Amino acid sequence: MTAPGSPEEGATARRRRRQAEPVLPDGPVRVSANVCQAAGCLSMGSDRLFEQLCDQVRAEGFGDVAVRRVGCLGLCAAGPLVEVPEECRLFDYVSPDEPQKSAQVLATLAGKAPLGEAAGGRSVADDPFFAHQVKVVLERCGKVDPESLGDYVASGGYRALTKAVTEMTPDEVIAEVVASGLRGRGGAGYPTGLKWRTVAKSAGAGGRFVVCNADEGDPGAFMDRSVLESCPQQVLEGMAIAGYAVGASRGYVYVRAEYPLAVKRLTSAVRQAERDGYLGREVAGTRFEFLVEVRIGAGAFVCGEETALIASIEGGRGSPRPRPPYPAAAGLWGLPTLINNVETFANVPQVVDRGGAWLSSIGTEHSKGTKVFALAGAVKNTGLIEVPMGLTLRQIVFDIGGGLAGERRFKAVQTGGPSGGCIPEALIDMPVDYETLAAAGSIMGSGGMIVMDDKTCMVDVAKFFMDFCREESCGKCLPCRAGTEEMYRLLDRISTGRGSRAQLAQLESLAGMVKATSLCGLGQGAPNPVFSTLRYFRDEYLAHIDDRTCPAGVCQIGDEDIGAMPPSFATAGAGGGHTAALGTSEGGQP
Amino acid sequence: MAGSEEDELALDAVAARSGVGRPAPNDDKRWRQVDIRMRRLGYRPDGLIEALHTAQELFGYLDDDTLGYVGDNLGVPPSKVYGVATFYSYFTLKPQGLHTCVVCSGTACYINGAKSLLDAVERELGARAGTTTADGRVSVLKARCLGACSMAPAVVVDGEVKGRVAPSDLVRLLEEL
Repeated sequence: MTAPGSPEEGATARRRRRQAEPVLPDGPVRVSANVCQAAGCLSMGSDRLFEQLCDQVRAEGFGDVAVRRVGCLGLCAAGPLVEVPEECRLFDYVSPDEPQKSAQVLATLAGKAPLGEAAGGRSVADDPFFAHQVKVVLERCGKVDPESLGDYVASGGYRALTKAVTEMTPDEVIAEVVASGLRGRGGAGYPTGLKWRTVAKSAGAGGRFVVCNADEGDPGAFMDRSVLESCPQQVLEGMAIAGYAVGASRGYVYVRAEYPLAVKRLTSAVRQAERDGYLGREVAGTRFEFLVEVRIGAGAFVCGEETALIASIEGGRGSPRPRPPYPAAAGLWGLPTLINNVETFANVPQVVDRGGAWLSSIGTEHSKGTKVFALAGAVKNTGLIEVPMGLTLRQIVFDIGGGLAGERRFKAVQTGGPSGGCIPEALIDMPVDYETLAAAGSIMGSGGMIVMDDKTCMVDVAKFFMDFCREESCGKCLPCRAGTEEMYRLLDRISTGRGSRAQLAQLESLAGMVKATSLCGLGQGAPNPVFSTLRYFRDEYLAHIDDRTCPAGVCQIGDEDIGAMPPSFATAGAGGGHTAALGTSEGGQP
Repeated sequence: MAGSEEDELALDAVAARSGVGRPAPNDDKRWRQVDIRMRRLGYRPDGLIEALHTAQELFGYLDDDTLGYVGDNLGVPPSKVYGVATFYSYFTLKPQGLHTCVVCSGTACYINGAKSLLDAVERELGARAGTTTADGRVSVLKARCLGACSMAPAVVVDGEVKGRVAPSDLVRLLEEL
C-alpha cells in the first residue's frame, strides 16, 4: 500500500479519501497559511501540500496558527502557492516533494524566519505583480475557502442580496446597476443595467429566467474557471440579485464540461446556499423565490453564443438562431431570459453593497470598473489578474507580467480569443478598454490575454484560430461553415509557402464576406484574427508568399507549387462534409 | 451529483411504483444509475445532455442501445438523440482505451509546444489525436482549452491535470500507466 498523500498514490485513491480538515484554532489566529486549491496549483500537487502543512502544524502544536484551503492566489505560473497574509508573503513553487520549501513556510508560521527576502517567497506588498491590481471580482479569491459558505458569509457575502430583497425594490436594484456603468464582461460589452431593464419590462406572465454563461470557450482564457473555483457563492449571489431585479425565480448556470472542479464546487455551493436560505423558496426569509440549476456543456464552443446556449440548456444541439427576438424578450422556452457572464454576475454583489457610484469611480469614461484577465503565453508571471479599466498594455505585460520569459522580444498580445485580434508592439501604450481595443481591431473579449514573442509566426497564429473556428462552426449557416474552411485552406497554403498574392487578396475578400454575412458571433468574429494580423503583420504574410520563408521559423515551407487550389469544399458540392474536404486540402497536391 | 445512499434507494422505489420508461437493455447494474439521473431530471426532454453525460461516465462511450434507452425514457426521438450525441465533441460513440491522455491545444499550449507533445506521442505510441493505440491501452485526445494556460503546455492523463509537460515526460508517463 502506498502512503496517503505520496506521489505514488493513485488519483482515485486520493479522491476517495476524505478531504483533510483545515487547521482552525479555537482562539485568535496569530498567523495563517492559505494554500491555493484552484486547478492550476492542484495540478502541481497543492492538495498533498495542504495535507502536509496541516500535519506539520498540528505536530508542532501551535495554538494560534491556521492552515486554510483557499481559491486562486493569482500567480498560477509559480504554483503551488501558499500565502501568509499576516506577513504579506507569498511562497511560490512550494512543491510537496521538496521539504525545504514547506520548511520555509513553517519557519514563517513559527515566527522564526529571517525578515525580508531571506524568509523566502515574495513580498505581496512590493511585488509589481500585485501592485497594479484592483480586486473587485476577485476580492475574496485566495481569501475564503471556496467550499465554505460560512467563510463567504463571514467575509460579507450575501449582505448585498439580503439588502436587495429586504430594503430595495427591483427598480432600485436595476437603477444601481445602471449607475455603476457595468458592461457585459463576456466580450461584447453591452450595458448590464440596460439589459436587466429590458428583461424586467418584457411580458413574463409565464416566468422569466436568469442564465449565467460559464461556457468559457475561448482558448487561452481561464478567468471564469478561476472565479467559479475560488468563489462560486459570489456568482450565485449576483444571479439571485439579478433574479430579484428582473422578476425571475429560476436560474441556470451553464458550465463547460472541461471544468470538472468548477462544476463540483458550484454544485456544492448551490446546495449549501439552499440549505442556509440564500437560495430557494424563501430567499433571506422573504417571499422571493430563486432556484438555481447547474447545467454542464458538452464541448461545443458555439454554445457560448447566447441563442446556442439556450438551445443547449433545452437539451438540443447548440445551434444559434437569428436575433431578434433577443433572449431578453424570448429566450429559454420562449420566455424572457437574462443572460450574463460569470464575471458580470460576480460584480453585482459589490455594486449593490457599495453602490453603483463606487464602481463607476473606477476605470475610464466609457469602461467602468475592473477587468479580470488570464495572462498567459510568453510572459514571466502568467496567471489571473484584475486591473482597473484603462491600464495600459505595457503595464499589464511588463509590470504585472514581469516582461517576457527567457529574454525573448515582445511581438504582440492576442486578446479576445478566436474572435479577437493581435495588438502589435507599436500600440503597447494604449489603454485597455472596450473602445480602444475595438479601434485597434481586437475586442475585449472575455479576458484571455496571450503574450507572443518573436518566436511566434503571425500567419501561423491566424491559421491556428481559423482551424479552431472551422472545427467549432456548428454548420448551420453557409458563410461560416464553408467560409472558415476555405480561409483555413488559403492560410494553410500561404503558411507553407505555396500561396500567391492573388490568394492573399482572395483571403481578404472572403474574410469580409464571412464577417458580414454569418449568422452568429462565431462566424462574424472568425475573420478578426486574419484582419488584425494582416493589418499589423502583412510583411510576414508577404515573406511567406514572395520569399517563401517564415521569419519566425515556425512554418514548414513545403515544395514549391503555386498552382491552382484543389477543388474546395464550397465548390465541390455537399455530401463530403467537413472531413472529406479536409482530406483533399491536407493532401496538398491536387 | 451523487446523493446519499438513502436518497437513491428512495428514488428507486418511486421508479418501481411508477414504472416509467422501457426496461434497460440488459441487467448491467449501471443502468440503475442512468435511471436515477433521468428521474432526478424529471424525465424531461431537456435533460438529454445531462443523461448522456451520466451514461458516458458509466459506460465510457455511448452505443446505440444507450442512445435508444435514454431517448425512449426522455421522450426524445432517435434522430434528435443522435444529433445531440454527434454534435457535442465531449460525447463519443466509440469505446475508448483503458487510459486516456488529453493534450490541450489551446492558444497558450499551442505556442508553448502542444504540437511537439502530440508528435512525440504519435512517434512513441503510434496513436494520433482522436485515436487509440493498437493494443487498446491509451486513447489520445485533443482538447480545445483546459483553462490551465498558466502551466502550458498541459495534459490530462486519466483525469489528472499535469502542467509544464515536456514531450519526454509525457511519453514516460504514458508508458508507466
